Amino acid sequence: MFNTEIIVKSLPMLLQASVWTVVYSLTSVAIGFCIGTLMCAAGLSSSRLGRGVAAFYVSFFRGVPLLVQLLISYYCLPLIGLNVPSSVAAVGTLALCTGAYIAEILRGGFLGIPPGLIEAARMVGLSRAQILTRIEVPMAVRFTLPALVNETTMMVKASSLISVVGVLELTRLAQNIATSTFQPLEIYLAAGAIYFVINAVISSAGTLVEGRFKAETAR
Amino acid sequence: MAEEKTPNSRPIIDVRGVWKRFGSAEVLKGIDLQIKKSEVTCIIGPSGSGKSTLLRCIAFLEEYSEGEIYIEGELLGFSLENGGRRRVSDAEVDRVRRNVGFVFQQFNLWPHMSALENVAMPLKLSRGMPREEAARRARAMLEKVGLGHRTQAYPSQLSGGQQQRVGIARALAMEPHIMLFDEPTSALDPELVGEVLQVMRDLASEGMTMAVVTHEMGFAAQVADTVMFIDHGIIAASGSPNEVFRENQNSRLRQFLQNYFERNVFWQGSEGAAAP
Repeated sequence: MFNTEIIVKSLPMLLQASVWTVVYSLTSVAIGFCIGTLMCAAGLSSSRLGRGVAAFYVSFFRGVPLLVQLLISYYCLPLIGLNVPSSVAAVGTLALCTGAYIAEILRGGFLGIPPGLIEAARMVGLSRAQILTRIEVPMAVRFTLPALVNETTMMVKASSLISVVGVLELTRLAQNIATSTFQPLEIYLAAGAIYFVINAVISSAGTLVEGRFKAETAR
Repeated sequence: MAEEKTPNSRPIIDVRGVWKRFGSAEVLKGIDLQIKKSEVTCIIGPSGSGKSTLLRCIAFLEEYSEGEIYIEGELLGFSLENGGRRRVSDAEVDRVRRNVGFVFQQFNLWPHMSALENVAMPLKLSRGMPREEAARRARAMLEKVGLGHRTQAYPSQLSGGQQQRVGIARALAMEPHIMLFDEPTSALDPELVGEVLQVMRDLASEGMTMAVVTHEMGFAAQVADTVMFIDHGIIAASGSPNEVFRENQNSRLRQFLQNYFERNVFWQGSEGAAAP
């Protein structure tokens, strides 16, 4: 028998846990964006060392499953004497992982920037860092916004993986309720619906921002 | 180099024996020129002659391969040490060319900023000007080029002529000692060329030092103090507009001017008939 009552009863707890899901995934995307920007800039720089570091970083974090990365950081950090809360380690790992994908997404955007825009910035005395933050990143984001929104929704879903290292978020809580109530189907359906709603909101926000960017270029 | 006492005798731009090679292609083959304060120098020549490359070398958007370029007495881009030259840091390049303004053929406005932000942002970032003051200066500059009413428009909402005038305002706001124009009207629809040339004329009459790479012979004839004809990477002719356009008998120059006039003739009446 499908038990709707259990869903209604668990919903407040599930919603509370989903706040953590949003916090963990958006924090890791924000940190990952900064890492991705730097790695992207390093990968396109004239420095051989920078390009090497960026290439290794991207190939490692794209090549190893996120679940394995999470387990490695969970077991490895205490070994090397870093006693950080598992939530911090988990967010850090998510950020490093998404940073690799974001670096690749932004690369396309960076390459699409007309070189003349950079020359114009150099001729009015902007420093390399100012050109990166004021010209290149804003333009690259405009070029790649759909892919960046897509990556963000992927990270919301991927954040469910951090349940395996004992961090409480939506999936972990759903598991806990499911095992204590013996009503797994109802609970996981409810959790799935919440993930769906979160990502629907993110996608709509992305469409909204895209519309605003379009207004800049509309005649 | 020895510092001269009277400031006006020292050229703002001093180009000495400059060569530029791209791989095995020699684009500039020993260019010498000087631009003094308040002078307008127009650089003409066939496409591929190296005139834009020369201007980009003076702005250090291209590294010149050989020779020396001095901006107000300071060597641009390199330091000389025991017979060789060494590339200096980007920050040092920025310092030496801080008083050089550049206007691009393709305008190169930043599309994600309004006209006002395009002009004000560099003032805030590289001159450290407070936001209010930068906005005020930017508005004044846009008014100067006749765009006081379009400060909030994004580049895509402006015509080519308006975009180029924003480009000029952006360079002017930095209070340059010399303005370099790289074919500023070549990307414009013909009916928009005039408004940009008018702004440049006004600048020249205010005493701005200018170097203009252009195909607008009328502008060169009316405004330039010196016209230089560049061909195959060398300055093949140089002098006052009158000397270059009328007197100089260099055959390449005559051919170039002949082609230009033929291209621009649109009415060939019988003798005595008035052209419209």
